[in-house]
Amino acid sequence: MAVGRTWAVSLLGLDGAIVEVETDVSAGLPRFTIIGLADRAISEAEGRVRQAIVNSDCTLPPHRITVNLSPAGLPKNGTAFDLGIALSCLAATGAVSAESIGRVVHAGELGLDGRLRPTPGILPIVRAARRAGRTVVMVPSANAAEASLVPDIEVVAVDSLRAAAIWHGAELEAGEPVLDAPAAPGRPSARALELGDVLGQEDAVEALVTAAAGGHHLFLLGPPGSGKTMLAERLPGILPPLSTEAALDVCSVRSLGGERVGASLDTVPPFESPHHTATAAAVVGGGSGLIRPGAVARASHGVLFLDEAPEFARVVLDCLRQPLETGWITIHRANAIARFPARVQLVLAANPCPCGQYGAPESSCQCPPAAIRRYFSRVSGPLLDRIDLQVTVRRVSSAAARAAGERPGATTETARVRVLEARERAEHRLRGTPWSLNAHVPGSWLRSSPVALAPATIRPLDRGLERGALTMRGYDRVLRVAWTLADLRGAERPELDDVSRALFLRKGIAA
Amino acid sequence: MARKDELGRRGEDLAVDFLERAGYEILARNWRTRTGEVDIVARMDGITAIVEVKTRTSVASGHPFEAVTFRKLKRLRALAAEWSASDPRRSAVLRIDVVGVVAPADAPAVVEHLTGVM
Repeated sequence: MAVGRTWAVSLLGLDGAIVEVETDVSAGLPRFTIIGLADRAISEAEGRVRQAIVNSDCTLPPHRITVNLSPAGLPKNGTAFDLGIALSCLAATGAVSAESIGRVVHAGELGLDGRLRPTPGILPIVRAARRAGRTVVMVPSANAAEASLVPDIEVVAVDSLRAAAIWHGAELEAGEPVLDAPAAPGRPSARALELGDVLGQEDAVEALVTAAAGGHHLFLLGPPGSGKTMLAERLPGILPPLSTEAALDVCSVRSLGGERVGASLDTVPPFESPHHTATAAAVVGGGSGLIRPGAVARASHGVLFLDEAPEFARVVLDCLRQPLETGWITIHRANAIARFPARVQLVLAANPCPCGQYGAPESSCQCPPAAIRRYFSRVSGPLLDRIDLQVTVRRVSSAAARAAGERPGATTETARVRVLEARERAEHRLRGTPWSLNAHVPGSWLRSSPVALAPATIRPLDRGLERGALTMRGYDRVLRVAWTLADLRGAERPELDDVSRALFLRKGIAA
Repeated sequence: MARKDELGRRGEDLAVDFLERAGYEILARNWRTRTGEVDIVARMDGITAIVEVKTRTSVASGHPFEAVTFRKLKRLRALAAEWSASDPRRSAVLRIDVVGVVAPADAPAVVEHLTGVM
């Protein structure tokens, strides 16, 4: 009889592929078949689409209806295909304009009464449609705000299949406006934690600012109650706000996880702190049908904080090595490969021993040396290798806390300004190179002629290397941190002081 | 006769009229064996059609075509074989058809014919 065609998006990670939804109605006993590697949720679309069409005062012909999702070899999942399937059915029967639906990409889950429900993943779907050069997308009105975050694409928001059909030229009476489904609770806008609340930890705060300025990964070591978590939680507040593309990435990952994304872009870098019992799948992402983002992807462009790092399963920690290296996380499953952004700043925190008291003044640690060694061996060398700053945090004595209370230290505001200035300086210096942050610059480049430091400046490093106290890799990390310290000072290039201080900032844990 | 049987009978009469007008020759009506019953056996151009007729007064509880289940089709398939084996007028090609009749009390009936549904 007839074929109706429209477009939808199949998501794999944050990448989406344009999918053609074609519906054929042919003579035969009534049957509704969906083909094209659809998952269970899409196969069940038959029930939703059939009832939604009937309850929108349209009819499905009593014939054989075949819906094909093409490319047929690409696995597809999720409920966002409902709207496209329903409209292609209506076009096949001539109820809506086939030409009109052929120009629009559709996404949205249908309810039995024909309403369009808020659907997860609308933001990445709209972005994928724009990347594929599409100009119009139709989305549920509950997702209109998040869809309109994407620039340069026309968003048509409709509340029901009836409204969608009318937009595409169906001769139907306008229905009652559908009451919006109760909103899924959105993320409360991140309350900026004040850096000034951290008392008497000047060294640790300085290390935190250095980490923020250079994009360096950070390891905080200290007894319980010394403020490691407090420090880590304040890192997003002093990081520069996200760029539009980065904020869209962050929101897309949230949208994919089913979180409601509001009308304005959240430019505060995300902060994720998975519990130490988290599995590898929870941290990197996974799932057999729909591949969901894990903590690393949710923390992309922000901070991934692993509290009690040695308590994490070793395999989980080692999973982080690849994303730290490439900035992407790739998840392979039997029939698909999903890719998520994973450019995180890693902050690890650990106690100095299993009981936590080792090295703290006026406390007794009873852990045998073997237990302490075993405790740290869980954080593997290759992971520690990627961490530029390793800082010991001490408990604050009452005298120090009192003293700190009298003269205020760094606040979030002042720290952020310093970080921004240092980053600008680094970016200016690194223009014309593929890097923009000190943490990403390879050691070989830092040691090569145009930026190499004077022999007198790097004498402490050379001495450490000779004595065997410093490895070549450790040498490069100290150099990187020294550059960040110079950027923070507003200096042209690192001096002896910067190098010495950088050495101090990584001496926390022998690696 | 129960009301539903009466309706079924009326539907079958309408289906026979429809098929005859379309040029079919009716070979049998309500042909019964131990397996079940064939509503109509019709023939045109050397093809024999085993026809199942479904009748409804309205489509409120679904189109008549929707009432033809997989089990019903399986039974028709078996009946077709039995017809072919028993009737001397058998032809080389057998086909299973469905005729749907929507016959409201106060409006003219609508007859639809699906050929080769299996």
